[in-house]
Amino acid sequence: MSAHQQPVSAFWWLHQWSYLLFVLRELSSVFVAWFVVYLLMLVSAVSAGQGPYEDFLAWSGQGWVLVLNVVALAFVLLHAVTWFALAPRAIVVPRVPPWVVLVAHYLAWAVLSAGVVWVVLR
Amino acid sequence: MKNTPKTITMQVTRFRPGEDEAPVVQSYEVPLRKEWAVLDGLNHIKDHLDGTLSYRWSCRMGICGSCGMTVNGKPQLSCATFLTDYAPGPVRVEPLRNFPVIRDLVVDISDFMEKLPKVKPWLIHDGEPPEGEFLQTPREMDEYKKYSMCINCMLCYSACPVYALEPEFLGPAAIALGQRYNLDSRDDGAEDRRDVLASAAGVWACTFVGECSTACPKGVDPAGAIQRYKLTAAVSALKDYLLPRGARR
Amino acid sequence: MTAFHNIVVVGGGGAGLRAATAIAEANPLLSVAIVSKVYPMRSHTVSAEGGAAAVIADDDSLDEHAYDTVSGGDWLVEQDAVEAFVREAPTELLRLEHQGCPWSRQPDGRIAVRAFGGMKKKRTWFAADKTGFHLLHTLFQTALSYQDIVRYDEWFVTKLLEDEGGVHGVVAVELATGRIETIIANAVIVCTGGCGRVFPFTTNANIKTGDGMALAHRAGAPLKDMEFVQYHPTGLPFTGILITEATRAEGGWLLNKDGYRYLQDYDLGRPTAEPVLRSMELGPRDRLSQAFMHEHAKGRTIETPYGPIVHLDLRHLGAHVIDTKLPFVRELCSKYQNIDPVKELIPVRPVVHYMMGGIHTDIDGATPVGGLYAAGEVACVSINGANRLGSNSLPELLVFGARAGKAAAEYVRELKTGPRSAVYAQGRDEERRLRHELGKRTEGTERIADIRTEMQTTMEEGAGIYRDGDSLDKAAVKLHELRERFDRAAIDDHSSEFNTELIALLELDFMLDIAQSIVACAGRRTESRGAHQRTDFPKRDDEHFLAHSLVHHSGRVEYLPVTITRWPPGERVYGR
Repeated sequence: MSAHQQPVSAFWWLHQWSYLLFVLRELSSVFVAWFVVYLLMLVSAVSAGQGPYEDFLAWSGQGWVLVLNVVALAFVLLHAVTWFALAPRAIVVPRVPPWVVLVAHYLAWAVLSAGVVWVVLR
Repeated sequence: MKNTPKTITMQVTRFRPGEDEAPVVQSYEVPLRKEWAVLDGLNHIKDHLDGTLSYRWSCRMGICGSCGMTVNGKPQLSCATFLTDYAPGPVRVEPLRNFPVIRDLVVDISDFMEKLPKVKPWLIHDGEPPEGEFLQTPREMDEYKKYSMCINCMLCYSACPVYALEPEFLGPAAIALGQRYNLDSRDDGAEDRRDVLASAAGVWACTFVGECSTACPKGVDPAGAIQRYKLTAAVSALKDYLLPRGARR
Repeated sequence: MTAFHNIVVVGGGGAGLRAATAIAEANPLLSVAIVSKVYPMRSHTVSAEGGAAAVIADDDSLDEHAYDTVSGGDWLVEQDAVEAFVREAPTELLRLEHQGCPWSRQPDGRIAVRAFGGMKKKRTWFAADKTGFHLLHTLFQTALSYQDIVRYDEWFVTKLLEDEGGVHGVVAVELATGRIETIIANAVIVCTGGCGRVFPFTTNANIKTGDGMALAHRAGAPLKDMEFVQYHPTGLPFTGILITEATRAEGGWLLNKDGYRYLQDYDLGRPTAEPVLRSMELGPRDRLSQAFMHEHAKGRTIETPYGPIVHLDLRHLGAHVIDTKLPFVRELCSKYQNIDPVKELIPVRPVVHYMMGGIHTDIDGATPVGGLYAAGEVACVSINGANRLGSNSLPELLVFGARAGKAAAEYVRELKTGPRSAVYAQGRDEERRLRHELGKRTEGTERIADIRTEMQTTMEEGAGIYRDGDSLDKAAVKLHELRERFDRAAIDDHSSEFNTELIALLELDFMLDIAQSIVACAGRRTESRGAHQRTDFPKRDDEHFLAHSLVHHSGRVEYLPVTITRWPPGERVYGR
C-alpha cells in the first residue's frame, strides 16, 4: 500500500487564528525568561550599590529596552490570561461551577498584584 | 430564494495510488438542495458522475464516526455539514489532515487504532463485580459522561498541530477515553493507565492548542480532559515523591 | 494467501463482538477472528437509540416480558427461544453494566427503566437516547482487552467456503489494498446485521446490505420469515433518520394534520395525558405504521416534497425531560430538520427499520449447515416473529451472540477433521471470480446506482407496509429483470486500493438475492400477520400459516411449524 503522507506546511501556524495564538503563547516563554533575566540584573545592580543601580535605571530608560519590556509585558499577559482560561478545565471541583475557578484565579492575581503595589509604593 | 443557484461546485481532492504522484483537485457540479449534506453531494458524484471517487460513510446521522473530512479547511463530519452553508461555493473537500491518505478521501487511522488499547479503555475493577449493578448516582455519572461520548471520528487528531508535528503523541481522543474510565466511579484502573497517560507522548505532549475541543462534533472536550489529567498526574507524582509508600493513592 | 483461525466471526457489531468474547471466555486456546467491512465501532448497532429490554424492576416478571414478546410477534415466535431470551437478557445487560456501560440511573444509583411500545411493564434500560452507541463502544472497548481476538478491520467477506455440508472459512477482500485472502476456519458465525438498504427509505446505515444473509443463503442455509419487514412509525422525512420510540415512551403524541391523536381510531386505546403502557402511542410498531397508512388514505396526513407526514409532538414534555432523556433527538431534529422539538412539531413518517426474518437458526444460533452460526439481526431464531418489539433487538444480539459463540466453541472442540483440499480450491476460484469482476465490468451498459434505485423502488411499491398478490408478482418480475441487467452492469473503478465501487457492486449482488427472497416469501404467505399485511388476505390464518417460511437458495419455500410452549395463539390486544 502506497499511502500518501500529507506534508505539514512550514506555515501551518498561519492557517488559523487559534494556531497563531498557540504559537504566540509558546513564544511567550522567551519573554517570561527575559523578565527573569531582567529581574536578576536588577537584583545584581541593587546589591552592587547606589551607582550601579542608577546606571541600571538609566539603561532601562533607553527606548529599545522600554519597547522590549512593553512587548515582554504583553506576552506575559497573554500567557497569564490563556493560562487562567484553561484553569477551570484542569481544576474541576465537585459542585463548583467553572466560572468560580476562573474568577478565583483573577482574584488571587489581583490580591498578589495589590500586595506588590503596596510594597513598592509604601 | 429566486437567486439561489441550483448547483454548487465541489472541489474534491483525489489521490489514486499508483496513478497520482500527489493529490489532485477535481471539480464536480452537484445539485444544491436545502437538505443536502456535503455527503449527499459526494454520493451524487459517486452514483451519477464518477464511480471512482472513494470515501467512507455509513450512518449519515453523525454517530458512527466514519465520514470525517476537511471541508473548506475545517475538520467536519460530512454527513452533518450542509452544502447550503457553503453556497454559492465552491466547497473544498479534502481528506482529514495529519493522516496518511490511502485513496481519495480515505485516510489511514491505524495509528489511532494501535494507540487506543494502550490507554486501557475498559473498566478495571479490583475484585468481583457485585451481584446486581454497581450503584452509580447521576452525579457520579456526570463526572465522566461527556468523555464517553467520543465517536472516534478523528476530527480532533486532524485539528491538532501537536499530533501533526509529533506523531508519537497519544492524541486527544485516546487520552479522553482513558480519562473516561479513570473518572468512572466503578473503575480502579487509574494506576494502570498512569504510565501511558502521564508519559512524554501522553498528556505532557499537549501544549493546549484547544482546537481538538473546537473540532469535536460531540462536545467531548478532549482538551479539558488532558489539562485535567495533567493536574492529576502532577499531584500523584508529587505524592510519590513526598509520601512513604504505604500512604500513597 | 491463506490464514487460519478456529472461528471466524463475520461482522463486528454488537452480536459479533459479544460472540467473539464469549468464545474467548469459553476456550481461551481458540483462535478467534472478527472480519468486518467497517471498523467495529462504526457498526450499525451504534445507531440504536431507545434502549434494551430486560426484567429488573420489582413489579416485573420474566413471564410478562415473554408474553409481550410473543403477542407482539403475533405468535409467529419460538416460545422456547423467548423463554431463554427473557431469562438471559438481564444477565447480559448487567454484564455490560459491569463493563462500564453508562446506563441511565435513578437518583439512588440503581438502573433506571423506561416504558416502550408493546411492553406491559417499564423494563427498557437506556443510556439516554444513545443506547446502541454506548452498548457498542462498551463492547468494543472491552473486546480490546482480549488480546487474542484477531481483527480484520475493513475486510469485506465475499463468500463462505462450503464443503460436504459444512462451512470451512471465508474469502475476504482487504479494502485498503484489494488483497484477496482465503481465511480457513472450523466454524463461522455470521453477525452482519440487517438489510434495510434493500428499500429506498430506511433508518439503516449505508452498510446494511444483507451481506451475511446472502452469504449464508448461498452456502446452503435457508432464510426464515423474510416477508416480515418492520417499518418504524417515526423517521424523519428525506433522511429517514430514526426518531426513537422513547420519544413516545416519555409521553410524545402522534398527531395528524388536524392535530388529532389519530391512533385512537385504530383500536389502540383512548388518548390520555400521561402515557399508558401497551396503549395508543405505546402500541407496537406494525400497528402504528399501518395506522399511518390508513390516515394517509383518509387524506389526513400532510403532503411534503418527501412524502406524506404526520407530526410527533414533544412540546408538552418540556426542555428538561428532552435534554436529559432525549438529547440526541433534539440534536438530530436541529441538525437535519432545522427544528427544535421543545417548541416545534417533528415531521415523521414510517420508515423501514428492521428485518424480523433472517438466517434460520436454532436456539443456539446454529444453522442447518455444519459449522455455520448466526446471531443478531442477520439471524432469525425467531423471538421476534411477525413484529419485533422496540428494545428487544439489543438484548437479542447479546443473548444470542453469546449463545452462538459458546455453541461454536463447543462445535470446534468436537470437530475431528480439517478442511479438504476442495475448500482451498474454492478459495482460489473465488479469488479468480473477484479479479474477473474487477476486470471485466468495463463494457457494461448499466450503472449500479440505477439498478439499486430501481430495486429499492420496486420493493417499496411491491412489498411495503401493505402488499397484495398483484404488487408482489410485479415486484418478482421486475427483480428478475434487474438481476439480468445486473449482469451487464459496469463499474468505472478498476483499481485495487479502497475500491468502494467494487464493494457497492458486490453488495448490490447480495441485495438482489435478499429482495427476491422477501418477495418470494411474501407472495406465498396468503394471510396477514404482524408486519406482513396482505390487502387480498386481510385475516390471520393460524390453520395454514402459524409456521415460519423457509426459503432456500433454489427459490423453494417450505414451512416450519412454530414452537408453542405456554402461550397458545390469541388475539393481540392493545389499549383495552
